[in-house]
Amino acid sequence: MDRRRRLRWGLSFLMLLALLALGVVWSVNAGSLDLSHGQVLAILLGGGGENAPVVWDIRLPRVAAAVLLGGSLAVSGFLLQTFFANPIAGPFVLGISSGSKVAVSLVMIGLLSRGRVMSSWGMIAAAFVGAMLSMAFVLLISRRVRQMSLLVVAGVMIGYICSAITDFLVAFADDSNIVNLHNWSMGSFSGISWENLRVAAPVTLLALAGCFLLSKPIGAYQMGEVYAQSMGVNIRALRSALVLLSSVLSACVAAFAGPISFVGIAVPQLIKGLFGTARPLLITPACFLGGAVFCLFCDMIARTAFAPTELSISSVTAIFGAPVVIIVMVRRRRGAHV
Amino acid sequence: MSDAILRTQDLAVGYRGKALIEHIALQVRRGEIMTLIGPNGAGKSTILKSIIRQLEPLAGTVYIDGRATRSMAERELARSISVVMTDRVHPELMTCADVVATGRYPYTGSLGLLSEGDWAAVRSAMERVDALGLWDTDFGQLSDGQRQRILLARAICQEPEVMVLDEPTSFLDIRYKLELLAILKDLVRDKGMAAVVSLHELDLAQKISDTVVCVSPECGIDRWGPPEEIFAGDYIHRLYGVTRGSFDPLYGSLELERPSGRPQVFVIGGGGSGIPVYRRLQRRGVPFAAGILQENDLDYPVAAALAAEVVSQGAFQPVGEETFRRALAALEACPRAVCCLESFGPLNDCNRRLAQAAGGKLVPLEEI
Repeated sequence: MDRRRRLRWGLSFLMLLALLALGVVWSVNAGSLDLSHGQVLAILLGGGGENAPVVWDIRLPRVAAAVLLGGSLAVSGFLLQTFFANPIAGPFVLGISSGSKVAVSLVMIGLLSRGRVMSSWGMIAAAFVGAMLSMAFVLLISRRVRQMSLLVVAGVMIGYICSAITDFLVAFADDSNIVNLHNWSMGSFSGISWENLRVAAPVTLLALAGCFLLSKPIGAYQMGEVYAQSMGVNIRALRSALVLLSSVLSACVAAFAGPISFVGIAVPQLIKGLFGTARPLLITPACFLGGAVFCLFCDMIARTAFAPTELSISSVTAIFGAPVVIIVMVRRRRGAHV
Repeated sequence: MSDAILRTQDLAVGYRGKALIEHIALQVRRGEIMTLIGPNGAGKSTILKSIIRQLEPLAGTVYIDGRATRSMAERELARSISVVMTDRVHPELMTCADVVATGRYPYTGSLGLLSEGDWAAVRSAMERVDALGLWDTDFGQLSDGQRQRILLARAICQEPEVMVLDEPTSFLDIRYKLELLAILKDLVRDKGMAAVVSLHELDLAQKISDTVVCVSPECGIDRWGPPEEIFAGDYIHRLYGVTRGSFDPLYGSLELERPSGRPQVFVIGGGGSGIPVYRRLQRRGVPFAAGILQENDLDYPVAAALAAEVVSQGAFQPVGEETFRRALAALEACPRAVCCLESFGPLNDCNRRLAQAAGGKLVPLEEI
């Protein structure tokens, strides 16, 4: 039986990798500028030409962002679900993404009004502060209410408050850059540059490596705090690490792509279902791959479905992600311990 | 006793700096089971949580094998103590083998991968609780009894020197209660471990414990000692503040409150025949008198707990004429009588005479 499980895990990883490769190839080839596969390949191999910037500076960074940030978002969701022992927790529903959003808009508008542009590091820092503030609020609530559904309701409310504040800011900011800000605040991978990625990549990759290395204590934590502690887990340190890592990951995503809904909940659920286990050692890397694939395909749909009009990525992820959440909730009800 | 594996010295436990129980000095030796009994809210769980360092002790020290747990690293402590707690666990998508395998945590490397040896330990732990058949079963689908066995296996494969179990038998039916405690008893003896258990079932506590610790809400650790000392006299009544019923320390059985008032029925019993009738009358709230019973008779403790009046003779004594006259007087005072005995011999001939004397008062057993 253990052998069958291993086979299942191996095949699942292979499938995710294949989907990722497919998504990358498809994304690089698709776009409003019609390029043949041969042309794209030639450009990628260093062929240059007048269309080279389209591939190198628009399509590739966008693909890289979808992979990196999508993966990070899913892992962040997995961490939050483990932390709150709540299958429907995620950076978006708990208002953490929105916290980042409001912090970034505040700083961005403040700087723009003085005629300055925000650096990538500044964006991450602002997003992180916003994420931590929302997180602190959620933690405060989670101490008082033990019921998972109430926690999510509180998170959604925080999200609404933050969105309202962001809308005010956008409405009152009188700058031509507002269009950009508006796009970003709806969630999109479109504006991301190589410069952004040079900052986002090391931060997210370090955080992801941290998550992977914490697989063992996270696995013990899934048994509940009492048992984890009795196995030798330093609970306080682990809890802090989980809060920090999940906030860093979701802050990075929010800083560069804005708030993206449901990836954080839906992908870990799908991945756990696919692997038939919740073991962090497998699920952390699998969630990264799954999130990358999910966001790549959703971004493709956002770009191409009604081209040249581009949809916000959040609308697409919601269409695919929200049903997963509903299914999970209904199933849990039947298992009766929400 | 220097061979105590677990020892507490002047331990004070409680929440938020407020001591609930102070000056706790307990010790358990290898191969022994120490049971904490006492009413709800007395602090049994608080003591257990402080021993396993889930709660910071307010004062004092817990020693394992002579070393203070305060100074032990997490991993080291986890290799010394494992637990089965009352918290309900809902691990997601974990098979029973996965759950048991978490017990190997303090022995695995930084990624938590299990070696062949670790898996062997998991297997033997599951074998010990007779749960190998549940290897691939989803933990969430188990019955309470199975779940508790798996959690025990988890604690076993952590290979501790001391196992701490907080009310491990609550929610289990009698078969699983007995099974679980039998496994624990064997385990402690075979592996030279010690176990600290809190139990609500006094009858079981009495049978499995080498030491019983009584935790009372008024005075903390009220008494501790071997079960035969603790379960003597009416101490248990005082510990639990029992007013409406009684506990028989010898059999560990519980009886409800005796019906009050003047006896309405005289029950002639003996040798266990009277007990069902006594209990039936108690349920209907009918006060009754019981006799004639030697004080070493099977019926005597229950009669003493439930009857308004018991006519008895000292243990191992033949029933004398004086006792018989008292029984006759009691029979006289009752409007009805019932005889539970089917056979008479030289030692209960008095009861045959009593039944004859009852005459028309005697009603058949079924009509009581």
